[in-house]
Amino acid sequence: MYKYRGAIFQVTILVGLMMCLGCQPGSSGNTGGNAGGNTPSKLTILNVSYDPTREFYTEFNQEFETHWLAKSGQSLTVDQSHGGGGKQARAVIDGLKADVVTLALSYDIDQIAEKTKAFPRDWQKRLPNNSCPYTSTIVFLVRKGNPKQIKDWNDLTRSDVQVITPNPKTSGGARYNYLAAWGYALRQPNGNDETAFEFVKSIFKNVPVLDSGARGSTTTFIQREIGDVLLTWENEAFLSVNEFGPQDLDIVIPSMSIIAEPPVTVVDENAKANNALDVATAYLEYLYSPVGQKLAAKHFYRPYSPEHADPADLARFPKLELFSIDEVFGGWTKAQTTHFNDGGVFDRIYAVEKP
Amino acid sequence: MSRTFRQYSVIPGFGLTLGYTITYLSLIVLIPLSMLFFRTAGMGWERFWSTISDPRVVASYKLTFGASLIATLINVVFGGIVAWTLVRYKFPGKTLIDAMVDLPFAIPTAVSGIALTAVYSKNGWIGQYLEPMGFKIAFAYPGVVVAMTFIGLPFVVRTLQPAIEDLHKENEEASASLGATRLQTFRYVILPAILPSLLTGFAMAFARALGEYGSIVFISGNLPMKTEITTWIITQKLDQYDTEGATAIALVMLLSSFAVLFTINAIQWWISQRHRGVS
Amino acid sequence: MSGDAKVARNDSQLPGSQQPASDLQADVKIRQPATRFRGATEEPVWIRYSLIFLTVSFLVFFLFLPLLSVFAEAFRKGVNAYLAAFNDRAALAAIKLTLITAAIAVPLNIVFGLAASWSIAKFEFWGKSFLLTLIDLPFAVSPVISGLIFVLLFGAQGLLGPWLTSQGIQIIFAVPGIVIATIFVTFPFVAREIIPLMHEQGTEEEQAAITLGANGWQTFWYVTLPNVRWALLYGVILCNARAMGEFGAVSVVSGHLRGKTNTLPLHVEILHNEFNFVAAFAVASLLALLGVVTLAAKIYVESRVRSTSTSEDLSSLDH
Repeated sequence: MYKYRGAIFQVTILVGLMMCLGCQPGSSGNTGGNAGGNTPSKLTILNVSYDPTREFYTEFNQEFETHWLAKSGQSLTVDQSHGGGGKQARAVIDGLKADVVTLALSYDIDQIAEKTKAFPRDWQKRLPNNSCPYTSTIVFLVRKGNPKQIKDWNDLTRSDVQVITPNPKTSGGARYNYLAAWGYALRQPNGNDETAFEFVKSIFKNVPVLDSGARGSTTTFIQREIGDVLLTWENEAFLSVNEFGPQDLDIVIPSMSIIAEPPVTVVDENAKANNALDVATAYLEYLYSPVGQKLAAKHFYRPYSPEHADPADLARFPKLELFSIDEVFGGWTKAQTTHFNDGGVFDRIYAVEKP
Repeated sequence: MSRTFRQYSVIPGFGLTLGYTITYLSLIVLIPLSMLFFRTAGMGWERFWSTISDPRVVASYKLTFGASLIATLINVVFGGIVAWTLVRYKFPGKTLIDAMVDLPFAIPTAVSGIALTAVYSKNGWIGQYLEPMGFKIAFAYPGVVVAMTFIGLPFVVRTLQPAIEDLHKENEEASASLGATRLQTFRYVILPAILPSLLTGFAMAFARALGEYGSIVFISGNLPMKTEITTWIITQKLDQYDTEGATAIALVMLLSSFAVLFTINAIQWWISQRHRGVS
Repeated sequence: MSGDAKVARNDSQLPGSQQPASDLQADVKIRQPATRFRGATEEPVWIRYSLIFLTVSFLVFFLFLPLLSVFAEAFRKGVNAYLAAFNDRAALAAIKLTLITAAIAVPLNIVFGLAASWSIAKFEFWGKSFLLTLIDLPFAVSPVISGLIFVLLFGAQGLLGPWLTSQGIQIIFAVPGIVIATIFVTFPFVAREIIPLMHEQGTEEEQAAITLGANGWQTFWYVTLPNVRWALLYGVILCNARAMGEFGAVSVVSGHLRGKTNTLPLHVEILHNEFNFVAAFAVASLLALLGVVTLAAKIYVESRVRSTSTSEDLSSLDH
């Protein structure tokens, strides 16, 4: 009697376990697409992106959903996923069914291509401008009135200045911060790798907090009032001033900076499995359209085709000398392995600091 | 006599329940955790050793274990006082305070981290007074300890409370009537009786502090060699697509927490066996 | 000591219940002349007050102020802004997902907790400390690792990934992954609450029941379960609180699809990252309120224990 009941009990549990393990193949919304015919009337695609693009893509997605409905009669939902760039790329590698990825740097997308083989390795050639529909740069955000008189990169090495940046190991934006400082040092008279190392090291000596991502650093700088200057994306700086009020913050443009190129691509295999290759491609192409370009400029990204943007939006972008990763560092893969991987230059900055 | 009696038991269901326990344990805990061994095995001894003995990683072990130990000791002392006060004394607001003890448990760690940082950073409610006095809490070593104390407190208080309630006051009375001071009674009568629970509380709070991540990344500042906890190093490895490196360090963490837990469990089980044997 | 007395003593292990001894103590005190000093089992007044002071100030600094800051931030822009945070499709979906997750994870861990405590507390066997430690292990595992191991197992690059993909089953970055990670994280709670109590209670009553002809199931249902019911309930409350509040592990396996794979804690993070601090803290305060519900449940549990155990305690005094 007891054994019999126990068995029933056990079977119930096993069934329960199996139910929660196996019976929800369609729950992610994107895997269900293969059941429909050639042109299902309802479709969901997923755009996996990094942190600072939330506001831009929220608006762009609505525009594109309307556009797509009018064009093809198909009702479309674009899902968004945001997070740190590296973490997001890893999620796609580990099976997050992204139809398109729009990340902060090409290195992360290269890694997806290499590990999943879901799209060709030369994906950057598929769309104009190395698949970067918009660009940005690194600027300084300071307290109102710039009390510490921070004007350019060399001010960041002053011992009375506290610098806030995220951790280059986990944040794409922080890698741009680091490389921008390095590039500035290289372009000074007699600049070489040695002087650049010392220059960047003395900046990181002034860093009291290394948050994991750009948004964390912004919170530390603005909400916690830690530090005198925040190194951040140009679009993030504008957004912060908008969100938290121009009465507290000023943007400082350094004499030169790095051009940040956040690229986009279709994850072919995922999009095919979702019957959404067309719409995913069209989605990215729409980023280059006048509508997409105008929206990008509105959300403080420098558009690839400025002629489509609102001149008032364009006027906000100051002119400054810009250098690219490819010019100065020989591409992202090289920059990553030299500077940021374990045992790289960034580790040396901290390794030698403490005996 | 009771020992042999328990070894041979008339109670049924041993096979079924132990079988089920081990099956479920394997499915949910052991098989998934074995993935750490599985992935680490591929990297070879040389790389494994150089990964886990890297100066930055070693610095993070020191921080994680050191701060966990400090936080747990704070919790054992203050948590003990809290538990004692809540059980033995009556004062206004006791129910509210008793309730609050559980809250670190229900609140997501990230929220705790943000809240603690907000309160202890230099413009926060507490930090604004401490920082001018030279006590930097948020974004420094003490911040890590504060976060670990916060999340570990319920474990100590909640395991001690029942033990204190279960104390036989007759023993304390006997001790007092034999001329012991209150302090002696505490040292020789009360402390031994609550020791097993104190150990359990210590083990759980310590283990929890070792593994804590969500709240600490907000408050620690994550400076290499200074305020990086080991889990944060693991996260960074993952972000560099170095899964093997991450699992290697995770394995070290897992094995050391297992060793700590196992030692304390064995001691505790031994004490309670002895205790039962005597009574 | 008779079995009856033993039950009473064990029941009284739960927080808040009264001791027979303390009842006696109260009687003794009343009979004492007013000029007598404090009772032999009490601390001097100044120690008592300093301990209470220490308790209150420790909890104020470590618990109360951080928690208050959550509510202060949540209500910074008034009640309407607070309520608006919940009147949102994504927030409601997050609440729903959190409830579903807890509804699956908690019952599974209850069954496990009962089975594990029966086998561990009622029988002697070799390697028990080892097994206990394995059960504790999910406590000590960092949430990031808890998430990672499931990615390594079920992820596209993981051990079972290719097979799962070919079957069209999505575990990671979907609801099943979130549920499994939650089960892992809340794994020890129920078992950990029951095992010490069952161990303390020994096996005499079960043996008596078996001897009297009850089968195993009846023994469990009518003898063991009532003896541990409050510990069980307390374990369930803790397990549930943790299941709803888990952040780290779930964050790794979730994929962060708004309205689809976002639990409440993840929703807090998203809102915080959108600089929507009021809404973020409002949702966080909802999770803190869960703690208050936990409290209400606990007070109820205690009052039940008190009313049942005092009568038993009194009767046990006669032995």
